[in-house]
Amino acid sequence: MIEIERLTKRYYVERDGRQVLALSEVSLTVRDGEFMAIVGPSGCGKTTLLNIVAGLIPYDLGSLSIDGTRIVGPGVDRAVVFQHSSLLPWRTIAGNVRYGMEMQKRFDASTMRERTEYFLKLVGLTGFDKHYPSELSGGMQQRVNLARALAADPAVLLMDEPFAALDAQTREFMQAELLKIWSQARKTVLFITHQINEAVYLADRVAVMSARPGHVKGIFDIPFERPRQLSLKRDPRFLQLEDAIWQLVEETPERIGMARTAS
Amino acid sequence: MTTIQNDPVLSERPRRSFYERHEAVILGGTAVLVAIAIWQWAWSAGKISPLFFTGPSAVVKRFIEEWTMGRLKEDLAYSGTNFVIGVGAAILAGVVTGVVIGWYKRLAMIFEPFLTALYSTPRVALIPLILIWFGIGIWSKVFIVFINAFFPVLINTIGGVRSTDRDLLRAARAYCASDWQIFTTIVLPGAVPFILTGVRQAVALGLIGVVVGEMFGGSQGIGYMVNYGGQTFQTDTVFMGVVIIAFAGIVLTWLAERMERHFSRWRPER
Repeated sequence: MIEIERLTKRYYVERDGRQVLALSEVSLTVRDGEFMAIVGPSGCGKTTLLNIVAGLIPYDLGSLSIDGTRIVGPGVDRAVVFQHSSLLPWRTIAGNVRYGMEMQKRFDASTMRERTEYFLKLVGLTGFDKHYPSELSGGMQQRVNLARALAADPAVLLMDEPFAALDAQTREFMQAELLKIWSQARKTVLFITHQINEAVYLADRVAVMSARPGHVKGIFDIPFERPRQLSLKRDPRFLQLEDAIWQLVEETPERIGMARTAS
Repeated sequence: MTTIQNDPVLSERPRRSFYERHEAVILGGTAVLVAIAIWQWAWSAGKISPLFFTGPSAVVKRFIEEWTMGRLKEDLAYSGTNFVIGVGAAILAGVVTGVVIGWYKRLAMIFEPFLTALYSTPRVALIPLILIWFGIGIWSKVFIVFINAFFPVLINTIGGVRSTDRDLLRAARAYCASDWQIFTTIVLPGAVPFILTGVRQAVALGLIGVVVGEMFGGSQGIGYMVNYGGQTFQTDTVFMGVVIIAFAGIVLTWLAERMERHFSRWRPER
Protein backbone atom coordinates (compact mmCIF):
# COMPACT_ATOMS: atom_id res chain seq x y z
CA MET A 1 0.00 0.00 0.00
CA ILE A 2 1.31 3.44 -0.95
CA GLU A 3 0.33 6.14 1.52
CA ILE A 4 0.92 9.73 0.49
CA GLU A 5 -0.11 12.32 3.05
CA ARG A 6 -0.05 16.08 2.69
CA LEU A 7 3.04 15.83 0.54
CA THR A 8 4.57 19.19 -0.38
CA LYS A 9 7.42 19.91 -2.75
CA ARG A 10 8.98 23.30 -3.45
CA TYR A 11 11.26 24.29 -6.29
CA TYR A 12 13.46 27.33 -6.53
CA VAL A 13 13.66 28.98 -9.90
CA GLU A 14 17.36 29.23 -10.65
CA ARG A 15 17.08 32.56 -12.46
CA ASP A 16 15.47 34.78 -9.79
CA GLY A 17 15.37 32.55 -6.73
CA ARG A 18 11.57 32.57 -6.81
CA GLN A 19 9.85 29.74 -4.99
CA VAL A 20 7.46 27.52 -6.91
CA LEU A 21 5.11 25.14 -5.18
CA ALA A 22 5.22 22.01 -7.35
CA LEU A 23 3.07 19.91 -5.03
CA SER A 24 0.82 21.24 -2.30
CA GLU A 25 -0.46 18.85 0.34
CA VAL A 26 -1.03 15.94 -2.00
CA SER A 27 -2.81 13.04 -0.30
CA LEU A 28 -3.39 9.73 -2.04
CA THR A 29 -3.62 6.11 -1.02
CA VAL A 30 -2.97 3.28 -3.45
CA ARG A 31 -4.18 -0.09 -2.18
CA ASP A 32 -2.31 -3.35 -2.65
CA GLY A 33 -2.79 -4.78 -6.11
CA GLU A 34 -4.60 -1.66 -7.27
CA PHE A 35 -4.05 0.05 -10.61
CA MET A 36 -4.09 3.76 -9.87
CA ALA A 37 -3.79 6.30 -12.66
CA ILE A 38 -3.03 9.96 -12.21
CA VAL A 39 -4.14 12.38 -14.92
CA GLY A 40 -3.44 16.06 -15.12
CA PRO A 41 -2.19 18.77 -17.45
CA SER A 42 1.52 19.11 -18.10
CA GLY A 43 3.13 21.04 -15.28
CA CYS A 44 0.73 19.77 -12.62
CA GLY A 45 3.54 17.94 -10.84
CA LYS A 46 2.41 14.39 -11.63
CA THR A 47 5.87 13.34 -12.81
CA THR A 48 7.40 15.08 -9.80
CA LEU A 49 5.07 13.05 -7.59
CA LEU A 50 6.14 9.82 -9.28
CA ASN A 51 9.83 10.71 -8.95
CA ILE A 52 9.29 11.37 -5.25
CA VAL A 53 7.56 8.02 -4.77
CA ALA A 54 10.43 6.40 -6.69
CA GLY A 55 12.81 8.02 -4.19
CA LEU A 56 14.67 9.88 -6.92
CA ILE A 57 14.00 13.36 -5.54
CA PRO A 58 13.35 14.48 -1.96
CA TYR A 59 10.18 16.13 -0.69
CA ASP A 60 9.78 18.98 1.77
CA LEU A 61 6.76 18.29 3.95
CA GLY A 62 4.23 15.57 4.60
CA SER A 63 4.76 11.85 4.72
CA LEU A 64 5.20 9.05 2.23
CA SER A 65 5.34 5.35 2.98
CA ILE A 66 5.00 1.99 1.29
CA ASP A 67 3.60 -0.80 3.46
CA GLY A 68 4.30 1.34 6.49
CA THR A 69 7.96 1.99 5.67
CA ARG A 70 8.92 5.62 5.15
CA ILE A 71 10.51 6.30 1.76
CA VAL A 72 13.90 7.98 1.88
CA GLY A 73 15.37 6.90 -1.44
CA PRO A 74 15.10 4.33 -4.20
CA GLY A 75 14.30 0.82 -3.01
CA VAL A 76 13.92 -2.73 -4.21
CA ASP A 77 10.18 -2.53 -3.40
CA ARG A 78 9.68 -0.21 -6.38
CA ALA A 79 10.53 -0.26 -10.07
CA VAL A 80 10.03 2.51 -12.61
CA VAL A 81 9.01 2.34 -16.26
CA PHE A 82 10.21 5.61 -17.75
CA GLN A 83 8.68 7.58 -20.59
CA HIS A 84 11.76 7.29 -22.72
CA SER A 85 12.76 3.71 -22.66
CA SER A 86 16.11 4.57 -20.99
CA LEU A 87 17.50 1.21 -22.01
CA LEU A 88 21.26 0.78 -22.03
CA PRO A 89 22.07 0.93 -25.75
CA TRP A 90 25.23 -1.18 -25.39
CA ARG A 91 23.41 -4.03 -23.67
CA THR A 92 21.39 -6.64 -25.50
CA ILE A 93 17.68 -6.94 -24.78
CA ALA A 94 18.36 -9.81 -22.35
CA GLY A 95 21.10 -7.73 -20.71
CA ASN A 96 18.67 -4.84 -20.28
CA VAL A 97 15.94 -7.00 -18.77
CA ARG A 98 18.55 -8.35 -16.36
CA TYR A 99 19.85 -4.87 -15.49
CA GLY A 100 17.50 -4.03 -12.60
CA MET A 101 18.03 -7.45 -11.00
CA GLU A 102 21.77 -7.13 -11.44
CA MET A 103 21.88 -3.76 -9.67
CA GLN A 104 19.72 -4.97 -6.81
CA LYS A 105 21.63 -8.23 -6.30
CA ARG A 106 18.62 -10.07 -4.95
CA PHE A 107 18.79 -13.08 -7.27
CA ASP A 108 21.59 -15.49 -8.10
CA ALA A 109 22.82 -15.90 -11.67
CA SER A 110 20.63 -18.84 -12.63
CA THR A 111 17.48 -17.25 -11.18
CA MET A 112 18.26 -14.07 -13.10
CA ARG A 113 18.58 -16.10 -16.29
CA GLU A 114 15.24 -17.82 -15.68
CA ARG A 115 13.47 -14.59 -14.80
CA THR A 116 14.93 -12.81 -17.84
CA GLU A 117 13.60 -15.56 -20.07
CA TYR A 118 10.22 -15.61 -18.32
CA PHE A 119 9.59 -11.87 -18.52
CA LEU A 120 10.84 -11.62 -22.10
CA LYS A 121 8.21 -14.21 -22.92
CA LEU A 122 5.57 -12.38 -20.87
CA VAL A 123 6.05 -9.17 -22.87
CA GLY A 124 6.17 -11.15 -26.11
CA LEU A 125 9.83 -10.64 -26.99
CA THR A 126 11.14 -14.21 -26.95
CA GLY A 127 13.82 -14.52 -29.62
CA PHE A 128 14.89 -10.89 -29.36
CA ASP A 129 17.23 -11.49 -26.41
CA LYS A 130 20.41 -11.00 -28.45
CA HIS A 131 19.22 -7.85 -30.26
CA TYR A 132 20.25 -4.35 -29.30
CA PRO A 133 17.67 -1.69 -28.34
CA SER A 134 18.41 0.34 -31.49
CA GLU A 135 17.16 -2.59 -33.55
CA LEU A 136 13.72 -2.51 -31.90
CA SER A 137 10.71 -0.26 -32.50
CA GLY A 138 9.55 2.22 -29.86
CA GLY A 139 6.74 -0.07 -28.73
CA MET A 140 9.10 -3.03 -28.38
CA GLN A 141 11.58 -0.91 -26.43
CA GLN A 142 8.84 -0.03 -23.96
CA ARG A 143 8.05 -3.73 -23.57
CA VAL A 144 11.70 -4.27 -22.63
CA ASN A 145 11.42 -1.37 -20.19
CA LEU A 146 8.38 -3.04 -18.64
CA ALA A 147 10.06 -6.46 -18.53
CA ARG A 148 13.10 -4.92 -16.81
CA ALA A 149 10.84 -3.41 -14.14
CA LEU A 150 8.79 -6.59 -13.60
CA ALA A 151 11.87 -8.83 -13.49
CA ALA A 152 13.19 -6.85 -10.52
CA ASP A 153 10.12 -8.17 -8.66
CA PRO A 154 8.91 -4.91 -7.10
CA ALA A 155 5.84 -4.63 -4.87
CA VAL A 156 4.96 -1.39 -6.65
CA LEU A 157 5.27 -0.57 -10.32
CA LEU A 158 5.67 3.13 -11.13
CA MET A 159 4.90 4.09 -14.73
CA ASP A 160 5.71 7.58 -16.00
CA GLU A 161 3.71 8.18 -19.20
CA PRO A 162 5.20 5.00 -20.68
CA PHE A 163 3.22 5.15 -23.93
CA ALA A 164 3.28 8.91 -24.52
CA ALA A 165 6.02 8.71 -27.15
CA LEU A 166 4.29 6.00 -29.18
CA ASP A 167 1.99 6.50 -32.16
CA ALA A 168 -1.76 6.18 -31.54
CA GLN A 169 -2.11 2.63 -32.88
CA THR A 170 0.89 1.23 -31.03
CA ARG A 171 -0.31 2.98 -27.89
CA GLU A 172 -3.74 1.31 -28.03
CA PHE A 173 -2.09 -2.03 -28.61
CA MET A 174 0.33 -1.52 -25.73
CA GLN A 175 -2.49 -0.54 -23.38
CA ALA A 176 -4.24 -3.82 -24.12
CA GLU A 177 -0.95 -5.69 -23.72
CA LEU A 178 -0.25 -3.97 -20.41
CA LEU A 179 -3.62 -5.09 -19.04
CA LYS A 180 -2.92 -8.64 -20.16
CA ILE A 181 0.52 -8.64 -18.53
CA TRP A 182 -0.79 -6.96 -15.40
CA SER A 183 -3.48 -9.62 -15.02
CA GLN A 184 -0.68 -12.20 -14.80
CA ALA A 185 1.84 -10.26 -12.71
CA ARG A 186 -0.55 -8.54 -10.34
CA LYS A 187 1.32 -5.54 -8.92
CA THR A 188 0.33 -2.30 -7.28
CA VAL A 189 0.60 0.23 -10.09
CA LEU A 190 0.92 4.00 -10.06
CA PHE A 191 0.44 5.10 -13.65
CA ILE A 192 1.00 8.69 -14.79
CA THR A 193 -0.62 9.91 -18.01
CA HIS A 194 -2.04 13.03 -19.60
CA GLN A 195 -4.62 10.99 -21.50
CA ILE A 196 -7.92 10.61 -19.69
CA ASN A 197 -9.03 7.83 -22.02
CA GLU A 198 -5.89 5.82 -21.31
CA ALA A 199 -6.37 6.26 -17.56
CA VAL A 200 -10.03 5.17 -17.62
CA TYR A 201 -9.27 2.16 -19.78
CA LEU A 202 -6.42 0.88 -17.60
CA ALA A 203 -7.09 1.87 -14.02
CA ASP A 204 -9.18 0.82 -11.04
CA ARG A 205 -9.21 4.43 -9.89
CA VAL A 206 -8.22 7.69 -11.55
CA ALA A 207 -6.90 10.65 -9.57
CA VAL A 208 -7.18 14.07 -11.21
CA MET A 209 -4.44 16.56 -10.49
CA SER A 210 -4.40 20.26 -11.25
CA ALA A 211 -1.53 22.65 -11.45
CA ARG A 212 -0.01 25.60 -9.60
CA PRO A 213 0.19 24.34 -7.03
CA GLY A 214 -0.17 20.67 -7.94
CA HIS A 215 -2.80 18.94 -5.87
CA VAL A 216 -5.34 16.12 -6.16
CA LYS A 217 -8.72 17.54 -7.21
CA GLY A 218 -10.74 14.38 -7.18
CA ILE A 219 -10.65 10.62 -7.45
CA PHE A 220 -12.89 8.53 -9.70
CA ASP A 221 -13.74 4.85 -9.28
CA ILE A 222 -13.63 2.99 -12.56
CA PRO A 223 -16.23 0.20 -12.21
CA PHE A 224 -15.62 -1.71 -15.47
CA GLU A 225 -14.98 -5.40 -15.10
CA ARG A 226 -11.80 -7.09 -16.15
CA PRO A 227 -10.63 -8.37 -18.51
CA ARG A 228 -11.40 -5.23 -20.47
CA GLN A 229 -11.55 -5.19 -24.26
CA LEU A 230 -10.48 -2.26 -26.40
CA SER A 231 -14.12 -1.95 -27.53
CA LEU A 232 -14.87 -0.71 -24.01
CA LYS A 233 -13.58 2.67 -25.16
CA ARG A 234 -16.72 3.01 -27.35
CA ASP A 235 -19.08 2.02 -24.50
CA PRO A 236 -21.44 4.92 -23.53
CA ARG A 237 -20.66 4.43 -19.82
CA PHE A 238 -16.97 4.75 -20.62
CA LEU A 239 -17.54 7.97 -22.53
CA GLN A 240 -19.70 9.32 -19.72
CA LEU A 241 -16.97 8.69 -17.19
CA GLU A 242 -14.38 10.19 -19.47
CA ASP A 243 -16.59 13.26 -19.79
CA ALA A 244 -17.04 13.61 -16.03
CA ILE A 245 -13.27 13.50 -15.51
CA TRP A 246 -12.78 15.95 -18.34
CA GLN A 247 -15.19 18.38 -16.69
CA LEU A 248 -13.27 18.27 -13.43
CA VAL A 249 -10.07 18.96 -15.32
CA GLU A 250 -11.73 21.72 -17.29
CA GLU A 251 -12.65 23.68 -14.16
CA THR A 252 -9.02 24.61 -13.89
CA PRO A 253 -7.52 27.06 -16.35
CA GLU A 254 -4.37 24.96 -16.73
CA ARG A 255 -5.83 22.40 -19.06
CA ILE A 256 -3.38 23.03 -21.85
CA GLY A 257 -1.59 19.83 -22.68
CA MET A 258 -4.53 17.62 -21.83
CA ALA A 259 -5.70 15.17 -24.39
CA ARG A 260 -9.40 14.44 -24.27
CA THR A 261 -9.46 11.78 -26.92
CA ALA A 262 -6.45 10.75 -28.86
CA SER A 263 -7.67 7.62 -30.49
CA MET B 1 25.71 -21.73 -46.16
CA THR B 2 23.55 -24.61 -47.32
CA THR B 3 20.40 -23.02 -45.95
CA ILE B 4 21.06 -19.85 -47.93
CA GLN B 5 21.56 -21.81 -51.14
CA ASN B 6 18.38 -23.78 -50.58
CA ASP B 7 16.32 -20.72 -49.84
CA PRO B 8 14.48 -19.84 -53.07
CA VAL B 9 13.92 -16.17 -52.16
CA LEU B 10 17.51 -15.47 -51.19
CA SER B 11 19.07 -17.28 -54.12
CA GLU B 12 17.04 -15.20 -56.58
CA ARG B 13 18.98 -12.13 -55.64
CA PRO B 14 21.67 -11.61 -58.31
CA ARG B 15 25.10 -12.32 -56.89
CA ARG B 16 27.45 -9.42 -57.30
CA SER B 17 30.57 -10.21 -59.29
CA PHE B 18 34.04 -10.42 -57.76
CA TYR B 19 34.89 -7.00 -59.21
CA GLU B 20 31.75 -5.34 -57.84
CA ARG B 21 32.42 -6.63 -54.36
CA HIS B 22 36.04 -5.46 -54.30
CA GLU B 23 35.89 -2.39 -56.54
CA ALA B 24 37.61 -0.01 -54.11
CA VAL B 25 40.50 -2.38 -53.41
CA ILE B 26 40.99 -3.25 -57.08
CA LEU B 27 40.96 0.35 -58.33
CA GLY B 28 43.11 1.66 -55.46
CA GLY B 29 45.54 -1.24 -55.62
CA THR B 30 45.96 -0.94 -59.39
CA ALA B 31 46.65 2.78 -59.10
CA VAL B 32 49.39 2.15 -56.54
CA LEU B 33 50.96 -0.60 -58.65
CA VAL B 34 50.91 1.61 -61.76
CA ALA B 35 52.53 4.47 -59.85
CA ILE B 36 55.27 2.16 -58.58
CA ALA B 37 55.78 0.74 -62.08
CA ILE B 38 56.22 4.23 -63.59
CA TRP B 39 58.58 5.17 -60.78
CA GLN B 40 60.61 1.99 -61.33
CA TRP B 41 60.72 2.60 -65.09
CA ALA B 42 62.03 6.14 -64.57
CA TRP B 43 64.61 4.85 -62.09
CA SER B 44 65.82 2.00 -64.37
CA ALA B 45 66.00 4.36 -67.33
CA GLY B 46 68.39 6.54 -65.34
CA LYS B 47 66.11 9.60 -65.32
CA ILE B 48 66.36 9.98 -61.52
CA SER B 49 69.42 11.26 -59.67
CA PRO B 50 70.31 8.79 -56.87
CA LEU B 51 71.46 11.74 -54.74
CA PHE B 52 68.04 13.36 -54.48
CA PHE B 53 65.70 10.49 -55.15
CA THR B 54 65.67 6.74 -55.44
CA GLY B 55 63.79 3.90 -57.09
CA PRO B 56 61.58 1.09 -55.76
CA SER B 57 64.12 -1.64 -56.51
CA ALA B 58 66.82 0.30 -54.65
CA VAL B 59 64.56 0.67 -51.63
CA VAL B 60 63.78 -3.05 -51.63
CA LYS B 61 67.47 -3.91 -52.05
CA ARG B 62 68.37 -1.58 -49.19
CA PHE B 63 65.66 -3.17 -47.04
CA ILE B 64 66.97 -6.69 -47.65
CA GLU B 65 70.55 -5.59 -46.92
CA GLU B 66 69.62 -3.80 -43.72
CA TRP B 67 67.32 -6.62 -42.61
CA THR B 68 69.85 -9.43 -43.11
CA MET B 69 73.15 -7.68 -42.31
CA GLY B 70 72.36 -4.27 -40.86
CA ARG B 71 70.71 -3.24 -37.63
CA LEU B 72 67.19 -2.67 -39.00
CA LYS B 73 65.73 -5.34 -36.73
CA GLU B 74 67.27 -3.70 -33.65
CA ASP B 75 66.05 -0.28 -34.77
CA LEU B 76 62.53 -1.61 -35.31
CA ALA B 77 62.52 -3.29 -31.91
CA TYR B 78 63.78 -0.10 -30.26
CA SER B 79 61.14 2.11 -31.90
CA GLY B 80 58.45 -0.48 -31.28
CA THR B 81 59.32 -0.62 -27.59
CA ASN B 82 59.17 3.19 -27.33
CA PHE B 83 55.82 3.20 -29.03
CA VAL B 84 54.21 0.42 -27.00
CA ILE B 85 55.37 1.72 -23.61
CA GLY B 86 54.61 5.36 -24.43
CA VAL B 87 51.19 4.85 -26.00
CA GLY B 88 50.22 2.17 -23.45
CA ALA B 89 51.05 4.45 -20.54
CA ALA B 90 49.27 7.36 -22.26
CA ILE B 91 46.07 5.35 -22.73
CA LEU B 92 46.10 4.16 -19.13
CA ALA B 93 46.87 7.60 -17.67
CA GLY B 94 44.56 9.38 -20.11
CA VAL B 95 41.55 7.20 -19.31
CA VAL B 96 42.05 7.33 -15.54
CA THR B 97 42.59 11.10 -15.31
CA GLY B 98 39.92 11.71 -17.94
CA VAL B 99 37.32 9.77 -15.97
CA VAL B 100 38.21 11.55 -12.72
CA ILE B 101 38.26 15.03 -14.28
CA GLY B 102 35.14 14.34 -16.34
CA TRP B 103 33.16 13.16 -13.32
CA TYR B 104 34.23 15.61 -10.58
CA LYS B 105 33.40 19.18 -11.64
CA ARG B 106 35.64 20.81 -9.02
CA LEU B 107 38.71 18.84 -10.09
CA ALA B 108 37.98 19.89 -13.66
CA MET B 109 37.96 23.55 -12.60
CA ILE B 110 41.29 23.11 -10.82
CA PHE B 111 43.10 21.23 -13.58
CA GLU B 112 41.58 22.80 -16.68
CA PRO B 113 43.96 25.83 -16.91
CA PHE B 114 47.02 23.57 -16.76
CA LEU B 115 45.62 21.14 -19.27
CA THR B 116 44.58 23.89 -21.67
CA ALA B 117 48.06 25.44 -21.49
CA LEU B 118 49.80 22.12 -22.07
CA TYR B 119 47.36 21.08 -24.78
CA SER B 120 47.82 24.34 -26.69
CA THR B 121 51.63 24.12 -26.61
CA PRO B 122 53.09 22.31 -29.62
CA ARG B 123 54.61 19.24 -28.02
CA VAL B 124 57.78 19.55 -30.12
CA ALA B 125 58.64 22.72 -28.20
CA LEU B 126 58.93 20.63 -25.03
CA ILE B 127 61.48 18.19 -26.45
CA PRO B 128 64.61 20.11 -25.35
CA LEU B 129 63.18 20.24 -21.84
CA ILE B 130 62.39 16.53 -21.90
CA LEU B 131 65.96 15.80 -22.99
CA ILE B 132 67.25 17.81 -20.02
CA TRP B 133 64.99 15.86 -17.66
CA PHE B 134 65.35 12.35 -19.04
CA GLY B 135 68.68 12.43 -20.93
CA ILE B 136 69.07 11.07 -24.44
CA GLY B 137 68.30 7.44 -23.51
CA ILE B 138 65.12 5.49 -24.09
CA TRP B 139 63.09 7.22 -21.37
CA SER B 140 63.15 10.61 -23.05
CA LYS B 141 61.85 8.91 -26.24
CA VAL B 142 59.14 7.10 -24.31
CA PHE B 143 58.11 10.32 -22.61
CA ILE B 144 57.88 12.18 -25.92
CA VAL B 145 55.58 9.43 -27.24
CA PHE B 146 53.61 9.57 -23.98
CA ILE B 147 53.06 13.32 -24.02
CA ASN B 148 51.98 13.17 -27.67
CA ALA B 149 49.50 10.34 -27.14
CA PHE B 150 48.20 11.40 -23.71
CA PHE B 151 46.09 14.42 -24.64
CA PRO B 152 43.78 12.93 -27.27
CA VAL B 153 42.90 10.10 -24.86
CA LEU B 154 42.39 12.53 -21.97
CA ILE B 155 40.28 15.06 -23.88
CA ASN B 156 38.08 12.41 -25.48
CA THR B 157 37.59 10.54 -22.20
CA ILE B 158 36.51 13.75 -20.44
CA GLY B 159 34.05 14.40 -23.26
CA GLY B 160 32.73 10.84 -23.05
CA VAL B 161 32.17 10.95 -19.30
CA ARG B 162 30.49 14.37 -19.50
CA SER B 163 28.07 13.20 -22.16
CA THR B 164 26.66 10.50 -19.87
CA ASP B 165 22.96 10.11 -20.57
CA ARG B 166 20.89 11.66 -17.72
CA ASP B 167 17.98 9.30 -18.39
CA LEU B 168 20.25 6.28 -17.94
CA LEU B 169 21.62 7.72 -14.69
CA ARG B 170 18.07 8.15 -13.42
CA ALA B 171 17.17 4.58 -14.40
CA ALA B 172 20.29 3.22 -12.66
CA ARG B 173 19.47 5.19 -9.49
CA ALA B 174 15.88 3.98 -9.56
CA TYR B 175 17.21 0.40 -9.51
CA CYS B 176 19.35 1.20 -6.45
CA ALA B 177 22.67 1.07 -8.33
CA SER B 178 25.67 1.96 -6.17
CA ASP B 179 28.09 4.68 -7.33
CA TRP B 180 30.51 1.98 -8.45
CA GLN B 181 27.76 0.15 -10.36
CA ILE B 182 26.70 3.39 -12.03
CA PHE B 183 30.30 3.98 -13.02
CA THR B 184 30.89 0.51 -14.46
CA THR B 185 27.49 0.01 -16.14
CA ILE B 186 26.58 3.53 -17.32
CA VAL B 187 29.46 6.01 -17.29
CA LEU B 188 32.29 3.83 -18.57
CA PRO B 189 30.43 1.95 -21.35
CA GLY B 190 28.97 5.26 -22.51
CA ALA B 191 32.46 6.74 -22.72
CA VAL B 192 34.00 3.78 -24.59
CA PRO B 193 33.33 5.09 -28.13
CA PHE B 194 34.90 8.41 -27.13
CA ILE B 195 37.87 6.69 -25.51
CA LEU B 196 38.48 4.60 -28.63
CA THR B 197 38.41 7.70 -30.81
CA GLY B 198 41.06 9.05 -28.44
CA VAL B 199 43.07 5.84 -28.78
CA ARG B 200 42.96 6.06 -32.56
CA GLN B 201 44.30 9.62 -32.42
CA ALA B 202 46.85 8.59 -29.77
CA VAL B 203 48.19 5.87 -32.04
CA ALA B 204 48.72 8.35 -34.88
CA LEU B 205 50.27 11.02 -32.67
CA GLY B 206 52.34 8.43 -30.77
CA LEU B 207 53.90 7.34 -34.06
CA ILE B 208 54.89 10.96 -34.75
CA GLY B 209 56.32 11.05 -31.22
CA VAL B 210 58.49 8.00 -31.90
CA VAL B 211 60.01 9.42 -35.06
CA VAL B 212 60.47 12.97 -33.79
CA GLY B 213 61.88 11.81 -30.46
CA GLU B 214 64.54 9.67 -32.10
CA MET B 215 65.59 12.52 -34.35
CA PHE B 216 66.61 14.51 -31.29
CA GLY B 217 69.69 12.87 -29.80
CA GLY B 218 70.24 9.17 -29.33
CA SER B 219 71.57 6.69 -31.86
CA GLN B 220 68.88 4.07 -32.31
CA GLY B 221 65.46 3.58 -33.86
CA ILE B 222 63.74 4.21 -37.17
CA GLY B 223 63.61 7.97 -36.61
CA TYR B 224 67.34 8.03 -35.99
CA MET B 225 67.90 5.88 -39.09
CA VAL B 226 65.94 8.30 -41.29
CA ASN B 227 67.67 11.33 -39.79
CA TYR B 228 71.14 9.80 -40.12
CA GLY B 229 70.40 8.63 -43.67
CA GLY B 230 69.45 12.18 -44.60
CA GLN B 231 72.56 13.70 -43.11
CA THR B 232 74.79 11.23 -45.00
CA PHE B 233 72.84 11.51 -48.30
CA GLN B 234 71.74 7.84 -48.24
CA THR B 235 68.53 8.66 -50.02
CA ASP B 236 67.39 5.04 -50.29
CA THR B 237 67.77 4.54 -46.53
CA VAL B 238 65.62 7.64 -45.93
CA PHE B 239 62.99 6.30 -48.34
CA MET B 240 63.05 2.89 -46.73
CA GLY B 241 62.49 4.44 -43.32
CA VAL B 242 59.64 6.60 -44.56
CA VAL B 243 57.97 3.59 -46.19
CA ILE B 244 58.30 1.56 -42.98
CA ILE B 245 56.81 4.42 -40.91
CA ALA B 246 53.97 4.91 -43.37
CA PHE B 247 53.26 1.19 -43.36
CA ALA B 248 53.24 1.10 -39.56
CA GLY B 249 50.88 4.07 -39.54
CA ILE B 250 48.46 2.40 -41.92
CA VAL B 251 48.45 -0.91 -40.04
CA LEU B 252 48.08 0.68 -36.60
CA THR B 253 45.28 3.03 -37.67
CA TRP B 254 43.50 0.12 -39.32
CA LEU B 255 43.77 -1.92 -36.11
CA ALA B 256 42.47 0.98 -34.02
CA GLU B 257 39.53 1.47 -36.37
CA ARG B 258 38.73 -2.23 -36.24
CA MET B 259 38.70 -2.08 -32.45
CA GLU B 260 36.54 1.06 -32.50
CA ARG B 261 33.99 -0.64 -34.72
CA HIS B 262 34.00 -3.82 -32.65
CA PHE B 263 33.10 -1.92 -29.49
CA SER B 264 30.49 0.22 -31.24
CA ARG B 265 28.44 -2.61 -32.70
CA TRP B 266 25.43 -1.65 -30.57
CA ARG B 267 25.23 1.73 -32.29
CA PRO B 268 22.52 2.17 -34.91
CA GLU B 269 24.85 3.70 -37.55
CA ARG B 270 27.16 0.74 -37.95
